[in-house]
Amino acid sequence: MSTAFTLNGETKTVEAPPEMPLLWVLRDVLGYKGTKFGCGRNFCGACTVHVDGVAQRSCRLQLSRAEGKEITTIEGLSADGSHPVQQAWQEIDVPQCGYCQAGQIMSASALLATNSSPSDTEIDEAMSGNLCRCATYSRIRTAIHRASEIAAGSAESTAGGQD
Amino acid sequence: MALRTTLPKTPSKRDSVAREVSRRGFLQVAALAGGGMLIGARFGLEAPRAVQAAGVDGGVLNAFVSITPDGAVTIMAQNPEIGQGIKTMLPMLIAEELDVSWDDVRVEQADFDPSSFRGQMAGGSMATPMHYKSMRQVGAAARVMLIAAAAKQWGVAAEKCTTENGKVIHPKKGELSYGDLATAAVGMEAPDPKSVPLKEPEDFKIIGTPIGGVDNAKLVTGQPLFGIDVELEGMKYAVFEKCRVHGGKVKSAELKEVLASPGVTDAFVVEEETANGVAIVGDNWWQVEAARAKAVIEWNEGPTAEQSSEGFDREAARLGGQAPEEELKGDGDAAAALGSADRTVKAAYAYPFLAHATLEPQNTTAHLQGDRLELWAPTQFPQQAQSGAAQAVGIDKENVTVHLTRMGGGFGRRFYNDPVLEAAHIAKRVDGPVKLVWSREDDMRHDFYRPAGYHFLEGGLDAAGKLTAWRDHFVTFGEGRAYAQSANMSPQEFPRGLTPNFSLGVSKMPLGAPTGVLRAPSSNAIAFVVQSFVDELAHEAGTDPLEFRLQLLAEAGAHGRVGVDAERVKGVLDLVAEKSGWGATDLPEGTGMGVAFHFSHRGYFAEVVRASVSGAGELDVQKVWVAGDVGEQIINPSNAANQIQGAVLDGLAQALQQEITLEGGRTAQSNFNSFELLRMNQAPEIEVHWRLSDNSPTGLGEPALPPLPPALCNAIFAATGKRIRSLPLSKHDLSWS
Repeated sequence: MSTAFTLNGETKTVEAPPEMPLLWVLRDVLGYKGTKFGCGRNFCGACTVHVDGVAQRSCRLQLSRAEGKEITTIEGLSADGSHPVQQAWQEIDVPQCGYCQAGQIMSASALLATNSSPSDTEIDEAMSGNLCRCATYSRIRTAIHRASEIAAGSAESTAGGQD
Repeated sequence: MALRTTLPKTPSKRDSVAREVSRRGFLQVAALAGGGMLIGARFGLEAPRAVQAAGVDGGVLNAFVSITPDGAVTIMAQNPEIGQGIKTMLPMLIAEELDVSWDDVRVEQADFDPSSFRGQMAGGSMATPMHYKSMRQVGAAARVMLIAAAAKQWGVAAEKCTTENGKVIHPKKGELSYGDLATAAVGMEAPDPKSVPLKEPEDFKIIGTPIGGVDNAKLVTGQPLFGIDVELEGMKYAVFEKCRVHGGKVKSAELKEVLASPGVTDAFVVEEETANGVAIVGDNWWQVEAARAKAVIEWNEGPTAEQSSEGFDREAARLGGQAPEEELKGDGDAAAALGSADRTVKAAYAYPFLAHATLEPQNTTAHLQGDRLELWAPTQFPQQAQSGAAQAVGIDKENVTVHLTRMGGGFGRRFYNDPVLEAAHIAKRVDGPVKLVWSREDDMRHDFYRPAGYHFLEGGLDAAGKLTAWRDHFVTFGEGRAYAQSANMSPQEFPRGLTPNFSLGVSKMPLGAPTGVLRAPSSNAIAFVVQSFVDELAHEAGTDPLEFRLQLLAEAGAHGRVGVDAERVKGVLDLVAEKSGWGATDLPEGTGMGVAFHFSHRGYFAEVVRASVSGAGELDVQKVWVAGDVGEQIINPSNAANQIQGAVLDGLAQALQQEITLEGGRTAQSNFNSFELLRMNQAPEIEVHWRLSDNSPTGLGEPALPPLPPALCNAIFAATGKRIRSLPLSKHDLSWS
């Protein structure tokens, strides 16, 4: 059975069981290893991707539910690390082991897409479903604020238009 | 987008180096095929005695650096990266003394290679003490050779040359880049690394500077770095179903339905000393995982099925009421001193089993071809992975290649190579490579748990409130003389040597579940007990808890050998007191501050927690102050602060909410809903302060964890008057009025 969706801007048609979770379609069928397996039960957020721009866990999301959707994974946020969240993550040196960070970045970028300048409380609310076993939480908070600044800076220069 | 990826391979140049090197002194130098130089080093290492005692061969060490004509400096990262930052830190040491710009340095992960490297493991916070000086010597020696090459080319004295940012500079001749000199430098005489001068700390440009992790760019773009990301041509996927009762074995298995499941290519029973269960192999992981439910397996559960945490609690209470089975070495006569003490305090403490819960579940990829086995293993202990896997498939260990992958957390779990051995056994039946991945449930149910423990304590005070006796009856796990792994306790723990009468007795209970080291092993449990009970004694004595500790430390030297450096403890206690505003009298009702310190892994840490508890019992951990002493130099301040924050929050998670329980010989918890990791909204502000001391730098992945649970529980006592004597806090009613 085949399912079609858009992955990081490219159309994909996948031959796989319709009940197979998107996480495993991404990792084992399509070879996109950036999205991580942590718990398989929606508890940890390591598998977070964007579905039509909204952060969602992919470990329980059946492939059939992805039909016709726009899926973005960490690889599609920007391949060169130029997305403000990716930039901020490097600048603040967030990762320790780094395993959860793709999921953290996908949740953070979805948050910033709807709230360009979140407060600490709003960050905590949006991010508390993403577990970090190394507990890099303070830096994640800092990096989200920084990403917000970077995004504002580039928005300003775009708005200014001439430089 | 590359869909099929293998992890970066060590450059093949290195293989030829082993044959080509001319060994001069302790340095090994070789020409690179396309020009440039490659440096390896091999020399005796003054490993701290503690390192040798831990059984790690620190006698020889090696490092590889290559400099190509374009000026690129490539440094092989020899140790496994579990998130402790070693892949960045060891190359920083080399680059500093080589005197190159960090921007020109590339870092590559080395394979496990005992003929080239020593100490390729992650554990015991030992990489810093083992390698701090030797890695710098490698860089400094290479720099001397590059200077010699420039001096020769210019016809000047080497002493007149200096270096900066990858260039040799002469006041009259100008400058030459390392890239231009690298090929010629191969012909220079290699100095004895031990005699080359090292930079003075005030000249450091890389050491002491915050440097971001070398894999950060790859991590934030989702590149495949981890063991679980390995993908090889024609690779199969596997799961391995084991008996839920620890140590249980397969009696019989009906796998017809499994074999008929979509995507499954094979299913079979593995009955080996080092792996017992049912393997299911297929085309993708989700399908083999889904087929697991169709296996009909009968198990021989064995005697462990009779064991439970409740049973251990009861047995420990019984044993705690008796004389210890064994008295470890002590000082004075604690029983007599307690009998004649002005006041005594008696308390029973307990802590639970804990899981490691690395976020990347256990996994290994194995490929057996004839008598050669290739492994891609997220392991903290590759040496044992190699020898264990060799034994599992019946080949020489020299025929086993271990590729080191980045690890999604270690915390001690990946010392135990059980997934490696399972994968090796499974690989015997699979044509081509096979990746074994554990489910989260497998991971939590089959851990090497931090052992639970029970302490029955008595302390005696004289009329002046001074500690005259300390007695601990430690009820732990083991049989006969042998302790369960990581279930022992050093008789040198604080306050040994600071009170005239000290006794430590032990009784043991047999345990079927496997136990092992967890970040700051032993210390992560002992500090809670010791630093909480010291607090109880301080309150009984009517002395400020921090002052009580300082008074105890002032006894150093009066009662025999002390297990800690009292001056360094005092240093971090003074610092944390100053930074936290210890002794504040204006805290609101229901708010309290608690202090604790601990020495482990050669690091000294004192921590203060400020917490409030509402009348209804709602706990709010407001802030944590940390003061640490890990020697004269913080090598990478960015990673150092990150590690400390992580260790503190790890301790907070343990104190607040983590517990593994055994029921019928099985682990009751199976995922993050029943064994909860800390969440962002639970993470308080943490201030980290360093006390630099005149000691060689030591590691900091572990020693900041142990003081947190007791500092928090002491704060709760200060806030509510409730003394917490067992963890986790989620089992306690903290309400007060």
